[in-house]
Amino acid sequence: MVTVTLAGNLRRFTGGEDEFAVEATTIGQVLRTLGERFPVLKPHLEGGVAVAVDGTIYQDAWFEPLEPGSEVCLLPKIAGG
Amino acid sequence: MSQLKWVGTRPIRPDGVDKVTGRARFGADFSMPGMLVGRVLRSPHAHARIRAIDVSKAAVLPGVKAIVTRDDFADQESVFEPAGEVTVNFRDMTRNIMAREKVLYEGHAVAAVAATSVAVAKQALKLIAVDYDVLPHVIDVVAAMAPDAPLLHEEMITRGVDPAPKTPSNVSKRSEFGFGDLDAGFAAGDVIVEREFTTKPVHQGYIEPHACVASVSADGQAELWCTTQGHFVVRAYCARLLGMEQADLRVTPSEIGGGFGGKTVVYLEPLALALSRKACLPVKMVMSRDEVMRASGPTSGANVWVRMAATKDGRITAADAVLKYQAGAFQGSPVEPGAMCAFAPYDLENVRAVGYDVVVNRPKVAAYRAPGAPIAEYAVESVVDELAKILAIDPIEFRLMNAAKEGTRAAYGAKFGSIGLIDTLEAARDHDHYKAPLGPHQGRGMASGFWFNIGGETCVSLALNEDGSASLTLGTPDIGGSRASLAMMAAEELGIDYDKVRPSIGDTAALGYNFLTGGSRVTFAAGMATVEAAREIVTEARARAAKLWEIPEDAVTWEDGLVKPAGDNAGKFDPLSLADIAEIAAKTGGPIAGYARINAQGAAPGFGTHIVDVEVDPETGRVTILRYTAIQDAGKAIHPSYVEGQLQGGAVQGIGWALNEEYIYDADGRMENPGFLDYRMPVASDVPMIDTVIVEVPNPRHPYGVRGVGETPIIPPMAAIANAVENATGIRFTELPMSPPKVLKAIDDAAAAAGGA
Repeated sequence: MVTVTLAGNLRRFTGGEDEFAVEATTIGQVLRTLGERFPVLKPHLEGGVAVAVDGTIYQDAWFEPLEPGSEVCLLPKIAGG
Repeated sequence: MSQLKWVGTRPIRPDGVDKVTGRARFGADFSMPGMLVGRVLRSPHAHARIRAIDVSKAAVLPGVKAIVTRDDFADQESVFEPAGEVTVNFRDMTRNIMAREKVLYEGHAVAAVAATSVAVAKQALKLIAVDYDVLPHVIDVVAAMAPDAPLLHEEMITRGVDPAPKTPSNVSKRSEFGFGDLDAGFAAGDVIVEREFTTKPVHQGYIEPHACVASVSADGQAELWCTTQGHFVVRAYCARLLGMEQADLRVTPSEIGGGFGGKTVVYLEPLALALSRKACLPVKMVMSRDEVMRASGPTSGANVWVRMAATKDGRITAADAVLKYQAGAFQGSPVEPGAMCAFAPYDLENVRAVGYDVVVNRPKVAAYRAPGAPIAEYAVESVVDELAKILAIDPIEFRLMNAAKEGTRAAYGAKFGSIGLIDTLEAARDHDHYKAPLGPHQGRGMASGFWFNIGGETCVSLALNEDGSASLTLGTPDIGGSRASLAMMAAEELGIDYDKVRPSIGDTAALGYNFLTGGSRVTFAAGMATVEAAREIVTEARARAAKLWEIPEDAVTWEDGLVKPAGDNAGKFDPLSLADIAEIAAKTGGPIAGYARINAQGAAPGFGTHIVDVEVDPETGRVTILRYTAIQDAGKAIHPSYVEGQLQGGAVQGIGWALNEEYIYDADGRMENPGFLDYRMPVASDVPMIDTVIVEVPNPRHPYGVRGVGETPIIPPMAAIANAVENATGIRFTELPMSPPKVLKAIDDAAAAAGGA
């Protein structure tokens, strides 16, 4: 079980709920589970989000393993100049 | 980590000699036999509907070989698609490279011509008749948000608002970040500062204009040479816009004369390809400086409101901001990262940042170093400074009392891992610059800055040559010395001299996909890939020795650039160097090469703190930079000179942003200063030597501890200088640039107010 929080506009697609307990061992499982639970959130997850796990940011890393109790935060994708 | 031989040293860059002797080939230096000249017809209007385009007279002009307009590009669906690390709307992109229904800014491309000479091309442009229905325009971001503002896109409904608005506007999107209880936070504060700031769009100011040569064969296969931060991205965009298979388009990057984010998009490239496809001849296109200024992306101008509260003992209790960023003619300003970065340096319990992405009749913005962050953090760092002053707390101490550290929940929602903000603040506090005496009309300011940095998709090929040297092929154009830093990591891993590793940038057929050079990612991500490729070679070298010695692979070790038996039990064999292994490679299994293909994860944030001394001339309003120190956490400086160069370059671009740079428009929305004489960027004589201090708090996810460094240094300068000017004059400037006329007026107004009191 990991704790997932949503940042920014992603919260709009969950009825304002922004913290979830999710049974997942990878980042991809977190995204899939949330997408199934909130179908309106799904296209935004598929469009690309950054995923912070215990202080480290991942982008497009479905198979990154999660430790039980990890704190996962979903953010808008980050690029740069 | 064992003693490093190359990492952390300062060897000469492999591209250095060619660059100082003029041999290096930049975008405009490439030519082909039979090549045509391409030129673009650009809109003279800031906003107009295109009723008709008549190219018939131009088409029959002798020497004209091809003309393209909106009719030569298929329309694209309006969807936001992931493209590497960015999200792209190809409907907007195709309209930006060639206007369709409307022109949306002065300089917007309307047609392009390929001809046998510059003279013919220019004459042909004059013969193209465009029938415009000129529309009212809007330049300013706040004016563009007004309900009665001229609409750029009649179908634009603001995203991010519930319920969705029923009427269109120029506001593309609203974003909000934050947590906690703002009302309680402001109630808990003893002091509240509230300010509104404006910043102007500023151009990336790369010396080299956009340039390319396109050559499309009769069978549809194409080659493109161009100056770009990412040739794989150029390939993807152009293939999509032209309806080509990516495999049919080979893109080769030239040397690049600066990009800073501005060369992450396409302008000329799809036009040159379309012209070449029509003419069946190569087409070369080079922008003039005028075109660069009028038609390529600057970064946003903005309006930012900030409100912060703190207790008497120096604890920030609440922080709130509203950011309104110009996107230019199409949606997609960097307001979202701006909102995420605004308060990131602080450990806050009650925080909110709201961003609005607003279209205006200016060129579509492009990325510019740490896109969005400098604007937001300029405003916040100005308010933080003011809070410290009201509370009579030293500004560095005030920041240290509130600084984000490992475990802090950043204002954008996620927790920080290992970060070095406090280290940079302490280095600033302890620097002799911070204690040096100041004279009359002089002031000192400081500010901090945060940027995420990214990793991303990267492929690297490393071949062990027959003589033991190594060829390193990279897919990330080298802007800031990355060939050197990546070759150094390869040399370190392979245990060979730096001079034996020759790095080069491969074209799009040489490697798998590479995201572009941007996001401060190359030394981090391509560094990881290079290390992985080198370790593949070492593993293979051990395997070859094991075969040769007829012992198990795990009985062969790698030490100081040599393969050796693990111990006496493994047998007595003379150690072999990589050159020894390379010499017999054919007989032991064939060529030896490493190839890494990764999506680099775990990029670590960059924090910096800058100190600046200024002198303000009360008679002219000119602000002179007397002394400047840029301090930054690099994680690990692979090549310290190039890290210092990034810090210095970012500081100088920030000085220009703070003091001089702005677009000046006439009443019709036409730019009046499209050149470096009137768009005043700092030159060497405008700035002192920029001192640097590199702090190293390693990124645990990189084999050598690298964080990105290229973007963070442009964040602190604007606030640091504004804070210094405030200390010199007693006047808080909330508008950039702080150019002499504005500063002089403020000084005179203050004197008049004091005299009249």
